[in-house]
Amino acid sequence: MSLVIAVPRGALMGEALDLLDALGIDTAEIRSNDRKLVFPDIGVITMRPSDVPSYVEHGAADVGITGRDVLAEQSDRDVYELLDLGFGGCRMMVAVHEDGDPLAESLRRLGRVRIATKYPRIAARHFAETGRQAEIVEVKGSVEIAPLTGLADGIVDLVATGRTLAENRLVERESIFESTARLIANPVAHRLKAREIDDLVTRIRGVRPRQTGDS
Amino acid sequence: MSFPIPPGTRDVLPDEMRELRAVLESLRESFEQAGYGEVRTPTVEYEDVLRRGDENAAGAGWRLFDDHGRLLVLRSDMTIPIARLVATRFTDHEGPLRLCYGGQAYRSVTRGSGQLTEFLQAGAELIGVPGVEGDAEIVALVLKALSAAGLRRHSVGVGDGALYRRLLGAFEVTGEQADDLVGCLMRRDMVGLEARVRSAGLPPALVEIPSLRGGPEVLDRAEEAMGEVGATAVLELRGLYEVLSRLRHAERVILDLGLVHELGYYTGAVFEVYDPAVGFALGGGGRYDQLIGRFGQPRPACGIALDVQRVHIAQAAEEKMA
Repeated sequence: MSLVIAVPRGALMGEALDLLDALGIDTAEIRSNDRKLVFPDIGVITMRPSDVPSYVEHGAADVGITGRDVLAEQSDRDVYELLDLGFGGCRMMVAVHEDGDPLAESLRRLGRVRIATKYPRIAARHFAETGRQAEIVEVKGSVEIAPLTGLADGIVDLVATGRTLAENRLVERESIFESTARLIANPVAHRLKAREIDDLVTRIRGVRPRQTGDS
Repeated sequence: MSFPIPPGTRDVLPDEMRELRAVLESLRESFEQAGYGEVRTPTVEYEDVLRRGDENAAGAGWRLFDDHGRLLVLRSDMTIPIARLVATRFTDHEGPLRLCYGGQAYRSVTRGSGQLTEFLQAGAELIGVPGVEGDAEIVALVLKALSAAGLRRHSVGVGDGALYRRLLGAFEVTGEQADDLVGCLMRRDMVGLEARVRSAGLPPALVEIPSLRGGPEVLDRAEEAMGEVGATAVLELRGLYEVLSRLRHAERVILDLGLVHELGYYTGAVFEVYDPAVGFALGGGGRYDQLIGRFGQPRPACGIALDVQRVHIAQAAEEKMA
């Protein structure tokens, strides 16, 4: 019985494949063919990072790699979070236009802030926990333009380098959490394939000794 | 034009209904043959009555008012209603009581998760048989019932719901800190658990032990890691495993030292049922020695419930493989 692994496409993909290589899984075919999504010979399925928890929760994949940001947004997914893989480091934060203090201004005069985000649940939770009323506007892409165009007072988003923020004259005001890639597992597979999953975790710890478990 | 039904509910048409009925009937027959008499309780109960059994009415998702303004809930499981039934209808009954049921239960689920709000449950409750003897009877019963229903690869995870708190107690981890660590385990957040244990300078065994699952070697490992404390903590599980081995069920039992149950009324052994064809547990249960007492008739008890639709999925997968 071998494992089916859900691997995210996008920003985490390169380092996820490097990790599989280090474990002795040949990822040459995945790297060479970006139209193909399913690789039954090596037990790999590729997909967008935010779909990884769905595949793993339903058991279509036994384990998967996805970001902490995705898990925090989909916090009701019933999956095991087994390992902090250390790579894909970035920050979930609140950013606003560089001029003035639009959040405070909006709160004082209108009693609420308006926040555009791809992460509506994380944003709602953050503003609730900090005691501010917020209207959350969900967008699917290019959230950086929201403050500039008047859609929102600020944004909640993930940043790695901050370059996109700077290009849109946004500044980071509040940090919500640090995100890295995580190894997750289906709860049924976690029992029925206990040996394979434990073996995988041990081998990952072996190739990434310092990065694991520091969140 | 579209005439929707509420999210998480469904219509069942004749082909599926025939199969579903056959699965339900097969489970009921297995339970009846083992001496479990079928009962039925109302789909709706008074909220305050269910609350006696569990503070949040066992997580009931749907609430409504009756014509006198009293708060009703659609039952979220059958165990509390049966505890109420036992305490009120069997007051003079001496000795063990074996009951089974099949019916709809309701829970709140996230939209888009592919899970049902209204689901068909079948299960059995054994009242008045304490300790491993009762636990083993229930586990053996469900294993046999699933085999009879056509499953071949199913297994039961067996844990002790009080084990992790006992371990924490041995290290004088109590109060909020203990709740926090148990919370990590319930959310299956092993990364958070490891980080908290490490930053508090607690022994790594508090991460390792709840990660152990498998055969009897996991009990040995717990003893090795924690000595006397570990040995005492797994004593009951070892006893249960020995009884199940004698009943020749050992190969279908997964000892799971990290198994915790979100329902507050479990007091000892907890169970979860798995089949490789289904990504979710087929069902679960455990020992609830205090629950019937909350309705005025203290009696030890344990039970297990199966999601009939998931059992049907597993059974259909077996047929396809054959």
